[in-house]
Amino acid sequence: MDVYQGVNNLITKKEVEHVAKLARLELSEEEKERFTVQFSNILDYFNQLSEVNTENVEPMTQAIPMVNVMREDKVQLPYTRDEILANAPLEEDGFFKVPRITE
Amino acid sequence: MLDTKHCFKTVKDLRKALLNREISAVELVDESYKRIEEIEDKVESFISLTKDLAYKTAKEVDKRIKIKDDLPLLAGIPIAIKDNMCTKGFHTTAGSKILENFVPPYNSTVARKLEENFIPIIGKANLDEFAMGSSTENSAFKKTKNPWNLNMVAGGSSGGSATAVCSGESVISLGSDTGGSIRLPASFCGIVGMKPTYGRVSRFGLIAYASSLDQIGPMGRCVEDVALTLQAISGYDNMDSTSINMPVPDYTATLKKDIKDLRIGVISEMLGEGTNPEVKQAILNSIKVYESLGAKIEEISIPHSQYAIATYYVIAMAEASANLARFDGVKYGYRAKNTENIMEMYLKSRSEGFGEEVKSRIMIGTYALSSGYYDAYYKKAQQVRALIKKDFDKAWEKVDLLLSPVCPTTAFELGAKISDPLSMYLMDIGTITANLAGLPGISVPCGFDSKGLPVGLQLLGPALSEETLLRSAYNFEQATDFHTKHPEI
Amino acid sequence: MTAITQEIKDKYETVIGLEVHAQLKTKSKIFCDSATEFGNEHNSQVCPVCMGYPGVLPVLNKKVLEYAILTGLALNCEIARHSKFDRKQYFYPDLPKNYQVSQFDMPVCKNGYIEINGRVIRINRAHLEEDAGKLVHAGAAGLAGSTYSLVDYNRTGVPLLEIVSEPDINSPEEARNYVEELRNIVRYLGVCDGNLEEGSLRCDANVSIRPVGQKELGVKAEIKNMNSFKALQRALEYEVERQVELIESGGKVVQETRLWKEDEGITISMRSKEEAHDYRYFPEPDLVPMEIDADWVHRIRETMTELPAQKRVRYIYELGLSDYDANVLVNSMEMAFFLDKVIDLKANVKSAVNWLMGDITAYLNENKTTIDKTELTPESLAEMIALIDKGIISNNIAKKLIIPLLEKGGSAKKMVEEQGMSLISDEGALKETIKKILEANQGEVEKYKSGKPQLFGFFVGQIMKETKGRANPEAVNKLLKEELDG
Repeated sequence: MDVYQGVNNLITKKEVEHVAKLARLELSEEEKERFTVQFSNILDYFNQLSEVNTENVEPMTQAIPMVNVMREDKVQLPYTRDEILANAPLEEDGFFKVPRITE
Repeated sequence: MLDTKHCFKTVKDLRKALLNREISAVELVDESYKRIEEIEDKVESFISLTKDLAYKTAKEVDKRIKIKDDLPLLAGIPIAIKDNMCTKGFHTTAGSKILENFVPPYNSTVARKLEENFIPIIGKANLDEFAMGSSTENSAFKKTKNPWNLNMVAGGSSGGSATAVCSGESVISLGSDTGGSIRLPASFCGIVGMKPTYGRVSRFGLIAYASSLDQIGPMGRCVEDVALTLQAISGYDNMDSTSINMPVPDYTATLKKDIKDLRIGVISEMLGEGTNPEVKQAILNSIKVYESLGAKIEEISIPHSQYAIATYYVIAMAEASANLARFDGVKYGYRAKNTENIMEMYLKSRSEGFGEEVKSRIMIGTYALSSGYYDAYYKKAQQVRALIKKDFDKAWEKVDLLLSPVCPTTAFELGAKISDPLSMYLMDIGTITANLAGLPGISVPCGFDSKGLPVGLQLLGPALSEETLLRSAYNFEQATDFHTKHPEI
Repeated sequence: MTAITQEIKDKYETVIGLEVHAQLKTKSKIFCDSATEFGNEHNSQVCPVCMGYPGVLPVLNKKVLEYAILTGLALNCEIARHSKFDRKQYFYPDLPKNYQVSQFDMPVCKNGYIEINGRVIRINRAHLEEDAGKLVHAGAAGLAGSTYSLVDYNRTGVPLLEIVSEPDINSPEEARNYVEELRNIVRYLGVCDGNLEEGSLRCDANVSIRPVGQKELGVKAEIKNMNSFKALQRALEYEVERQVELIESGGKVVQETRLWKEDEGITISMRSKEEAHDYRYFPEPDLVPMEIDADWVHRIRETMTELPAQKRVRYIYELGLSDYDANVLVNSMEMAFFLDKVIDLKANVKSAVNWLMGDITAYLNENKTTIDKTELTPESLAEMIALIDKGIISNNIAKKLIIPLLEKGGSAKKMVEEQGMSLISDEGALKETIKKILEANQGEVEKYKSGKPQLFGFFVGQIMKETKGRANPEAVNKLLKEELDG
């Protein structure tokens, strides 16, 4: 039995592991246990939203409504490759180098 | 030996001194660095100092003063900017280990505007990592202390920007406000901080936390300094699709007009049981000041504000989970050593590069957007957000501005809430509605509690009502003396 | 794979849906002002915005939206009044932000169709998105076995229009025809190069089979990596056969992504993902929604060129071309555009088509080029045809002219004049030559007159030889007859 499980059990350790993977985060055992409790509490708090009647309410996706902001199809002078690669953790022949890609 | 006698002066006085050649811009920058040398160990406002940048600008200002060239109003005035705004050629970390060595090859629009206005940037101010926090304890590099009491937090996430101004290290500063991150530290440090209308100041080059909520704004020791700073950074930017394409009014022109017959609504939900009695008393006193200035006061309810924290955190964490996906060790930033394959590289770089709170928010945000939960969390929050906006629209039918405490309490002790994120989130109850609705808000000093910690008064207005907000704050400030007090460090 | 008889195949119906990605030919990228042009050095056409640097923001290229609307109209789509962008999230090193700005539930175009040989193929939607970068795998030919990879972000942020068909396609051949027609359309509109080999047009297929008469769809496999029309058809033919065989032998098709291996001529299963895709779409907060009013759509519609299908109809019904000729010409856009210009110059259509379909096509095929890349102009072809029609040169002379015109260009008329290639039609001159030939060949004349009329051709040949082919054949026929028979 998972003794550290949050009181509300809104999220299981397994789900925390799944979400961590989706987000490309690696958690220690200790973190997994702690996050499971914390997330349960936070999700429990979030669940008060279900009290609100939102029937026929359009989701608000913009703080200030605006439409059709566009630029003309014009090319500017590019950045040099050196500028772009200056921050690269690892490069090779002007490419960004990454370890073996496994699916 | 340099002194620091100009460190607490106003922009207006400093400009006079510069133009009269009482002090040069370079000397003014010297004084800032001198002050930093004196107290930085104690307050820890800065992640990095940008001396080359500051002196280059100051020298240019002195050159122009010599030939009596016209200079923008803030030319030569030392400014600190939060370290989540990109400065070309200078480290920009967002308070995170993952960006510890990051040097952007581009300027944020605000940094560009500061340069165009010849405003010397003296350093990059500390913040909660990626602006996620309300205390500036979440920085990967240092914990900023409250200048009024070094055992207390400065508030966050723009804590360094607040303490730099409060302690005289810089005259003015820029912060960013996603859920109160300018107004809360301004309140805890007893200075003025403003969150402009969403889109008034360009977000280009501001390292994103939550795109639909983030907004850059000015901080200063008096309302006029804040108005002048806002003037310098506002305006349309074709690099930011969400930038408002409307002319910027002259914010100082109307500051001194009175506020007779201005209708001010007191948000009833914000003076309830959760609010500390001393904070409540300071607010009640402030209301009396406004009445004496001729304003009409009435109580206004924002019924859905009780859901604001949940709404805010769902949206902010969801957007953050996507915004922070780019930090993966491929193109820039921290990369874990000796990894076998790409998955391991991602996992290790991100886990070692991000702090606890950031990881926690990324994960909850990921969860809120994941298959099967989107409707219950993200979509629901966007709907409640619409209802909160509607509550405000109704309020504006009755009043011109809304008044409340910035925060239910004054500054709390370092470490007091760090292990209980939810209790930390509750500090944002007063400020986050403005971010959700895209509205401008200002935090003004309005008293001290029995421990000598500042209390902040918040005014909120309809979109693009910055002029009215600044005028109302200025009138209040001139009728009180809280802004004239500075901490002894 | 053992051969499956046609009889067994006929028990099943093939169902194919296609997702086609068309790179839009704008000058700058979809959300920033970096150039889209290729062939340049790797990582040289990038900026902080397309590289997903911290703090940068996207701004939509207006031309991209206009190209999407134009294409949508050509595909008979409804153009959305309201549209928006969303973030599609997944981690991959060629995707700088680790989310792709795409469109989820409000695409610019939906509910369209095109006709393929009289059959309607419905189009579910066409939406905009940004392209990803390119990976170079080191230490091996492909991803498998590579020890590390290198990333080039030049392609990142190039605008893509993803055109998604309904599963209305019922054979690999029809799939090929559908993609060929899409290619024609985007090329005629000038919004995309349509090059499968170079990847400016890319296509993935969802393939399933079901017993004839069955209503519900079978389990589908997604096929990727088909880089030519031939590969597309071969891959789908292979896949259909694989599925038939699998079911016939008691197995089941599993939903998976399969990779076409061109060299081996097979599709193989890509290693199954450890986690199912959960793209966590949500509206892109850094971009504002699009509102496309009827007026705007109307203005874009007015810029629409004649589409391939319309051109085919015109060629058949107005120009009297055969279905075959019309198809060949329309499917080669450069030829069709060339023909239209020749027609505008009032040239003889039938001759023009014969020249294009005959000698010119042969030349182009031999030299692996297209007509727009040769030196031949519509003007010079029209001029050459006029010279033939007026009897100034013969067809045979023209055949000698066409190669220099293709290779060096210039005017047909000038060439004829300079090289003295015009026909000799002057009767006096021709009679002289005829007399000369007949005198030199007395024996043959005797034989002809004593009943060997087939020798007439011999005399014509000698006359042509003498005039270097310039004698007007009609005049020669007439005059020779008079001389011999008269």
